Amino acid sequence: MHELSVCQSLLAQVAEVAAGHDSSRVSSVTVRVGALSGVEPDLLRQAFIVARAGGVAAEADLIIEPDPVRIHCLECETEHGVAPNRLLCPACGNYRVRLVGGEDLILASVALETANTRTSPTTENGEAHV
Amino acid sequence: MCEDCGCTLNDTTHDHGHHTEESVRVMRGLMESNDHQAAHNREHFDRHGVLCINLMSSPGAGKTRLLEATAEALGGRMGMAVIEGDLETENDARRLRDKGVPAVQITTGSACHLDAGMVHAALHELPLDEIDVVFVENVGNLVCPASFDLGQHANVVLLSVTEGDDKPAKYPVMFRAADLVVLSKTDLLEFMDDFDPDNAARYLNDLGMEAAMVRTAAGRRAAIGDWTAWLEARLAAHRSTQRESRPAARDMTTVGA
Repeated sequence: MHELSVCQSLLAQVAEVAAGHDSSRVSSVTVRVGALSGVEPDLLRQAFIVARAGGVAAEADLIIEPDPVRIHCLECETEHGVAPNRLLCPACGNYRVRLVGGEDLILASVALETANTRTSPTTENGEAHV
Repeated sequence: MCEDCGCTLNDTTHDHGHHTEESVRVMRGLMESNDHQAAHNREHFDRHGVLCINLMSSPGAGKTRLLEATAEALGGRMGMAVIEGDLETENDARRLRDKGVPAVQITTGSACHLDAGMVHAALHELPLDEIDVVFVENVGNLVCPASFDLGQHANVVLLSVTEGDDKPAKYPVMFRAADLVVLSKTDLLEFMDDFDPDNAARYLNDLGMEAAMVRTAAGRRAAIGDWTAWLEARLAAHRSTQRESRPAARDMTTVGA
């Protein structure tokens, strides 16, 4: 159950981001968790509920984006989604593959409330300028 | 009424004037602070010309016994030290000290893994200038320790023949991290009709890797020659890499090849 340690480190980063934007309230935290990252999404959700108490993210939702396992075959140069314990090329059977997805363990974004009067500047795809 | 601030405007997504919702793109690794500490540990080992090996397995696979046998076999020509991780007790550190090996015990309480900060505290208790190889004997667990870089140069995962030969398929994150898999307690193979070393090798191959696998029997009639040969070759390679002062960390994203 190392998800609690991971969560504590996540919340430290979230607090840093909030402080950098003069925010005292985080409404949601989005993370990207790969199937080969060693972190179990359900356990992370449970740990988040315990770990968020008392901080800027005390009422924040945790949004988990999956990162499926994908390999690029170095032999036939094709790309495939595969199971976490079968990292072979489904097309040619080769084991000489490069992992191109599934290992992410990333804090993607934080939605927070800032105490100012300016309107929220966002780009066309909805990302905020920082 | 606005659910966020309680003001009486009807539009729930309005800019309040006194506060604004903002989405901040971050894209930082969650393990950043541990990884930073691990990089510091690795530099510390490198400055002293020390090879650090992270030893992982399920509880009872024979990590401590392998280290005892290693001290008996190589004690004369290789300076070794051990950082021991267990939830409780000094027992394992004491066993190594009895073999003349400097050993620091970390008791983690209820934590299921070692992290880079714990190892950092321990390595300052070791006489690194007199040491060639530091073994970190991680907490017996095939899940959590795989997620924490400690600053090691190589991961060694033990698989004992009293476990299932399909462990690599059940714990892919751990076995993918292995630079070497040690098949331990092989002197018991003749009593274990359900463990086939070829199956274990096949499951490892399914992880897209060709991790070297050596067999050890570290019991009373210690037979660990393949392991000590790997270890001495790894130490020699580490030293020549250090002389050429290339970065010691391996490429974590490439499997196979």
